[in-house]
Amino acid sequence: MITGVGVTTVWVLDQDRAKEFFVGKLGMELRDDVTMGEGGMRWLTVGAKDQPDLMLTLMVPGPPAQDPESAEQLKALLAKGVLGAAVFTTTDCEGDYRELKERGVTFLQEPQRRPYGVEAIFRDDFGNWYSLTQRFAEPDESTAWN
Amino acid sequence: MGTPQPLDVAQLRRLRLAKDIMDRDWAQPLDVDAVAARAGYSRYHFIRCFREAYGETPGRYLSRRRIERAQDLLRSANLTVTEICMMVGFSSLGSFCTRFKQQVGMTPAQFRARARRDGPAPIPGCFVLLWAGGFRKD
Repeated sequence: MITGVGVTTVWVLDQDRAKEFFVGKLGMELRDDVTMGEGGMRWLTVGAKDQPDLMLTLMVPGPPAQDPESAEQLKALLAKGVLGAAVFTTTDCEGDYRELKERGVTFLQEPQRRPYGVEAIFRDDFGNWYSLTQRFAEPDESTAWN
Repeated sequence: MGTPQPLDVAQLRRLRLAKDIMDRDWAQPLDVDAVAARAGYSRYHFIRCFREAYGETPGRYLSRRRIERAQDLLRSANLTVTEICMMVGFSSLGSFCTRFKQQVGMTPAQFRARARRDGPAPIPGCFVLLWAGGFRKD
């Protein structure tokens, strides 16, 4: 039986810059930073402090996972900004928005009220977009949303 | 004219930054010239490259995003159609209403009347954003 999600991949263009973004700017916890053998794969993972059983692995497209052509296509999609990588949860969307913006995170949308919560949208330094959502306990049905 | 070279990662990144300007500053008096200039492109080159990457011209993209914001405001804000038209960056009510009807299939007033009658649709806004920022054939 599947018991949960433990690791999910976020494609990045550079692992050092990715580490700086996720740990330095977003304030996530560094879980692993291990290189397997000389010039081998670098296993770089981060996670939220309050969620020990889920981590993001920050991977650069390329061999051996992808052939060079697929890796280039994936990098192009990243750079175009059409890939969404995750929905982050927060207890204070407004406060986090201000703090992350201060640290240089690029937001596409300031916090806005949605039926399920308050949500802002930001990008990482490579082009992935993310939601930052503060969920309501109950859906807001005071407005017709469609 | 020869076959255009495919856009490389650095060019795509610049185009994304330009697109992000439109997503972020849509309410400001922004036009294609201003976005092209901020992204460091000539107007002609910018329009051509943007269209190649995203399948529509930057002018059309910007106006589409503005209409979408207007839909948001019509759902929830207690403002007149003219006020909303100005807020989302259109300078003429006539072109706003024409464009709105083209995109949404009804006038802003009809849209508001309908949105306030029907129940909520809990589709996450981030997915609406991505969907609206995607490709269109028309």
